[in-house]
Amino acid sequence: MSVAVPIPRRVATAVGRRSLTPGRIALHAFLIAVCAAWLFPLLWAIFTSLRPISDTAHHGYLSWPSQLDFTNYINVWSQANLPYYYVNTLVIVVPGVLLTLLVSSMLAFAISQFSWKFNLTVLMLFSAGNLLPPQVLVVPLYFIYTHTPIAMLGSIDIGSFSFALFSDNNLLYDQYIGIMLIHIVFQTGFATFVLSNYMKTISKEITESAIVDGAHVLRIWWSIVLPLCRPALAAMATLLFTFIYNDFFWALILISTGDKRPITSALNNLQGEFFVNNNLIAAGAMLVAIPPILVYIFLQKQFIAGLTLGSTKG
Amino acid sequence: MAETTSTTSVAPAPAVIKPGTGALVAAGRPRRRYSLLTRHDKLLLTLMVGIPLLLDLILIWGPAAASVGFSFTNWSGIGAISPGNFIGVKNYQNLFTSYIFFWPALRHNLIWLAFLSLVSTPLGMFLAVLLDREIRGTRVYQSVLFLPVVLSLAVVGFIWELQYAPSEGFINNAFGLVESHRIIDWLGDENINLYAVLIAASWRHVGYIMVLYLAGLKSVDPSLREAAKVDGANERQTFFSVVLPVMAPINIVIVVVTAIESLRAFDIVYIINRGKNGLELLSTLITNNSISEASLVGFGSAIAVVLLVISLVPIVTFLSTVSRERA
Repeated sequence: MSVAVPIPRRVATAVGRRSLTPGRIALHAFLIAVCAAWLFPLLWAIFTSLRPISDTAHHGYLSWPSQLDFTNYINVWSQANLPYYYVNTLVIVVPGVLLTLLVSSMLAFAISQFSWKFNLTVLMLFSAGNLLPPQVLVVPLYFIYTHTPIAMLGSIDIGSFSFALFSDNNLLYDQYIGIMLIHIVFQTGFATFVLSNYMKTISKEITESAIVDGAHVLRIWWSIVLPLCRPALAAMATLLFTFIYNDFFWALILISTGDKRPITSALNNLQGEFFVNNNLIAAGAMLVAIPPILVYIFLQKQFIAGLTLGSTKG
Repeated sequence: MAETTSTTSVAPAPAVIKPGTGALVAAGRPRRRYSLLTRHDKLLLTLMVGIPLLLDLILIWGPAAASVGFSFTNWSGIGAISPGNFIGVKNYQNLFTSYIFFWPALRHNLIWLAFLSLVSTPLGMFLAVLLDREIRGTRVYQSVLFLPVVLSLAVVGFIWELQYAPSEGFINNAFGLVESHRIIDWLGDENINLYAVLIAASWRHVGYIMVLYLAGLKSVDPSLREAAKVDGANERQTFFSVVLPVMAPINIVIVVVTAIESLRAFDIVYIINRGKNGLELLSTLITNNSISEASLVGFGSAIAVVLLVISLVPIVTFLSTVSRERA
């Protein structure tokens, strides 16, 4: 905001806020109507999920509830073995996000702080790759995954969970590590684009003087550039978590064992098998939606910052 | 190899922009800057770029190119591929002339694109413009509209099934269609299910566009609007002749995002009926042909190439905007 204008501007809005003109009322009425319509599908899903099947079977779905409880949640949670799928997701998401941030922050650092001949080409390859519809490359990728030999070095077993190091079938296909890898490579395109945009705002003289002082590049990356990028990294971490958590396609195609599927793509098998009525579907959908909704509640700012850093400059 | 970009601190030589590459190169004394980086540093930087680049080429661009190659073969995906598998453009001929799902799928993708571009995206932009003004409760409105954006389209599919289900869904019950035995099968009737799904998909898309556009509007220098106001322009004139032109880059991003989302659509139709019976899309045809049921790798790849060619339009648009901004 320029220095000269704020005062009249503030006065104008103060007046505008107090006087509710017909235009303002219409505007609010419109926005409230739109927001009500927006919330309704979610509220309806929550409402349905809380009604026991006996209640809706007797009174129909469009009726005043005689009872609301968590029976459907308990049933879905235990019968469909949901905790298992949450763990699968966790095993993929946590390393996936950290490694994507590691790789993309190094890449963005190298192409934003130093001038390479193919700087822009590299950036373009990555961001364009991220924009490709995954189905365009899935057939050959499936072939690569089913033909790349990966070492079998035993597994880490915790309770009923078994995490193969690095593969339990000698392949990249049907492995946590395979899903992680495609997420890292795919999302690096987006993260690099955003982070390099952000890093461009850091003066190159900082990097340059550190080099003159004899610091090596890894140290500059870790102790100078990364701390300056903390807000962008937090935004990216939030966004990447949601992206990878919400992935449906990659896990559907590149994992064949139902028990290894992360929660979002497990939905596909659960429907029909365990989600046999609307009440259970609603409870299942809500349970899968809870982690992103927590992100929405607590990290909305970071999420939006991540989305918009990619579209606006700096 | 790598060199630091900024002009040296001793004598700030004028920077010139190399057309095409966008790389800043300091005029004069290019030699000196090489010495700033040790060989060790150069090696590290090469690895920082080289390893991810290699993976990107192997797992993204390689397969995309291989799809083009496979599309000229009748390979089944099993066993070695030999010159005998090469069948020229036959897959494309079959695709365009005898495969009954191709044209419907392409049409569905185009309807998807048209619906998002003409309905959902403008609605998102319109809401952003409304919410950008200083009104009470703008944060609350924004939060509500933004909520579906964090959900996956698979979950969105489930949530909307509860609205659309024939006898148990909200809509048919609320309009008394169940009682009067005039049930509409919103997701099963192939004449309407695409639009039913598009409304569900828009539930998420509108919030996404709103957030992007709002960020764009916030980045417009307020003094521009003040100047327009001083010059006597009303709000509408200010928006169309001052704000909109300044927003050109973000408008392109929004067009690109809308196009890419339309071409990528997959999860929601797959959750609903695996992309059949009125919900065929190019993306579901590819997976259904080459991975899930049949193993028609060559034929599936031909569909992938069609999708690739269409996707290149928004991708190239995006890249040219980026390179123009960076140059």
